[in-house]
Amino acid sequence: MKLKTFAMGGVHPPENKLSAGVRIRDLSLPEMVVIPVSQHLGAPSKVIVERGEQVKTGQLIARAEGFVSTNIHASVSGKVTKVDVFPDPSGYRRLAVQIKVEGDEWMETIDRSDTLVEEITLEAEEIRKRIVEAGIVGLGGATFPTHVKLTTPRGKKAEYLVVNGVECEPYLTADHALMMERSEALLAGIRIMMKGLGVEKAILGIENNKPDAIEKMREITRGTGIRVAGLKVKYPQGGEKQLVKAVLNREVPSGGLPIDVGVVVFNVGTVHAAYEAVQKNRPLIDRVVTITGKSLARPSNFRVRIGTPVAHLIEETGGLPEDTAKVINGGPMMGKALSTLDVPVVKGTSGIVLIRDGEARRNVVIQCIRCGKCMQVCPMGLEPYLLMNLSEKEMFERMESERVLDCIECGSCSYTCPSSRPLLDYIRLGKAEVNKIVRSRKAV
Amino acid sequence: MARFIVSPSPHISGGESVPRLMYGVIISLLPAFGVSVFYFGIGMLIITTVSVLSCILFEYLIQKYILKVRPSHLDGSAVLTGLLLAFCLPTNIPFWMVIIGALAAIGIGKMTFGGLGNNIFNPALVGRVFLFISFPVAMTSWPEPGQWMQYTDAATGATPLAVMKEGIATRPAGEILSELPSFLQLFLGNMKGSSGEVAAFALLIGMCYMLYRKIITWHIPVSILGTVFLFTGILWLVNPDRFASPVFHLLTGGLMLGAIYMATDYVTSPMTGRGMLIYGAGIGIVTVLIRIFGAYPEGVQFAILIFNGFTPLLNKYIKPVRFGKEVAHG
Repeated sequence: MKLKTFAMGGVHPPENKLSAGVRIRDLSLPEMVVIPVSQHLGAPSKVIVERGEQVKTGQLIARAEGFVSTNIHASVSGKVTKVDVFPDPSGYRRLAVQIKVEGDEWMETIDRSDTLVEEITLEAEEIRKRIVEAGIVGLGGATFPTHVKLTTPRGKKAEYLVVNGVECEPYLTADHALMMERSEALLAGIRIMMKGLGVEKAILGIENNKPDAIEKMREITRGTGIRVAGLKVKYPQGGEKQLVKAVLNREVPSGGLPIDVGVVVFNVGTVHAAYEAVQKNRPLIDRVVTITGKSLARPSNFRVRIGTPVAHLIEETGGLPEDTAKVINGGPMMGKALSTLDVPVVKGTSGIVLIRDGEARRNVVIQCIRCGKCMQVCPMGLEPYLLMNLSEKEMFERMESERVLDCIECGSCSYTCPSSRPLLDYIRLGKAEVNKIVRSRKAV
Repeated sequence: MARFIVSPSPHISGGESVPRLMYGVIISLLPAFGVSVFYFGIGMLIITTVSVLSCILFEYLIQKYILKVRPSHLDGSAVLTGLLLAFCLPTNIPFWMVIIGALAAIGIGKMTFGGLGNNIFNPALVGRVFLFISFPVAMTSWPEPGQWMQYTDAATGATPLAVMKEGIATRPAGEILSELPSFLQLFLGNMKGSSGEVAAFALLIGMCYMLYRKIITWHIPVSILGTVFLFTGILWLVNPDRFASPVFHLLTGGLMLGAIYMATDYVTSPMTGRGMLIYGAGIGIVTVLIRIFGAYPEGVQFAILIFNGFTPLLNKYIKPVRFGKEVAHG
């Protein structure tokens, strides 16, 4: 069978899926967790616990502020020792709740059993409510509050649910492990999301470097009307727009969202979290994280409580290798480099990737030779070389008309450039300026 | 505490570099080089060595002493310019002329614009045209293939294109063709011509290698060769006595070398696929116009240089197809 993929651009970095096939294990509890109140796109949540208060695992500790925001729960039981600013993985110091771990006492309302609950008794409205309560956000990395996507805007109609099992970032295997080990729960989750959205059709997209996951998901979705699409391996296929193009051949308009073409996309991790929220009443207090690197003793997939320090995660996989030069929160193409291991795992942490010396440094930048490779690989059909030049010259209006806001920051251009030019760095700078201009225009 | 490198994503690189690309092109030129040594022997070895070494030397000297920048003479681009310059010269040309050509290529063609990445015209072609205008006799006396040990003293004659141009005014094309080497011989490169342009098959092998390594895309060679084939094909169908067969045009002169190597130079060719097709078609048309209606038997070099000049315009006005055409109104 011919494998589908998106039409335009893309690259194929070495996959390095070192932790593929490693079973998900529960990570031991750390001594302290630090849970930031801003782990999602949107307004920071409002802390509702005080210093000295005892909390249980799963207890609400920060409430959503407004529609585009999420609830945040204690991921451990113990005593709140501080409500203060702590460094978070984005590099900023932001408000967080520090909890000293004491035992592991859960809220009684949470069903912690392994029994699979397949029957969906709740109606769409109640499903959305549960998801709001549970504080679910997009676990693929963008951390957009899930209930917002479940609420179809007026005048739009959702026709398809597309589930993102692509995991196109090199190294990461968390979604792969989830599909292999939690397939039934995932299937139930897909049904929940379909009901929540009110759609009849769902497609699960998986890249062909995970043939076992494709086979397994095909087997259990047989006869359900849910389609599993095997996709040709190509980065950034996990980008929403690229995935919708690949599985449905629909092109999300510039400046638009998948819902503009009748599609809502959720990551498999998100769908799994929705299953646990709706069927088990379990808030989002942990997630599967890949911890990997070429020199790491035991690349693994762990189920990690939110707020666990990255340092603890690394200790549990054999300690920080000597030659570690860069630690990435997320994948190597789009993740963020950490300056310290003293930051917590957050809802958006899909993996921690350790890059060795030698591979971590950038090459010397030389002149553009106009090879056009950045344009060939751009999945949005942009001209990265031109955008970089315009950004350097601070020609932001022109950048806007060259559609810089379409850039999904996948990094394919910088990855490909034979002159090692920092294309995406400059594009990001320009994009931020263009966003400012657009905002001020709206304000007038 | 451990100190980590912090930089924005992406954190890995594809490992492509300018030297890798340049040496990739150089590797792809090896079959054509081998064939040329087979036909022209010592002359080819002399002019290639002189050309490559002078290009490297001029690049180094100009960067170090005039521009006062860190010399990049070993990044492969000067070697490539040297090789391509040698490839479009007759093998019996005196070596001092080759040095002048190299100076024109690197000095005028490349460095006056600011070096690699900034030049408008293909440096090797600038060198060749400089020599062509300065030393028209030396640049149009072509050694017979098979004289391995002869250099400047090799017996010479006219290229098939020149023979055709000369004769076609008075005699039917088919008759002239029958006196020239067969199409198979032309394909194998057994003819008089510039050192590296003769062997179509070796250049095509090089093209396949470059396509495989993704150094170039198909757009430019295919559009040039296709346009020349179509244009000369139409003329030939209209009047086969007055115009030579399209196959003859494809296999002779510098067309293959130009279409595969000269026109595909990154710096001087357009960046979008559609831009490349327009550029290639333009080169094809101008080549045929010069060959058939112009004063020279061969026109590839001028056609490419003319369209090098259009490249900045093509880059400006021919945009890639954007993802998500219509703009959402939100």
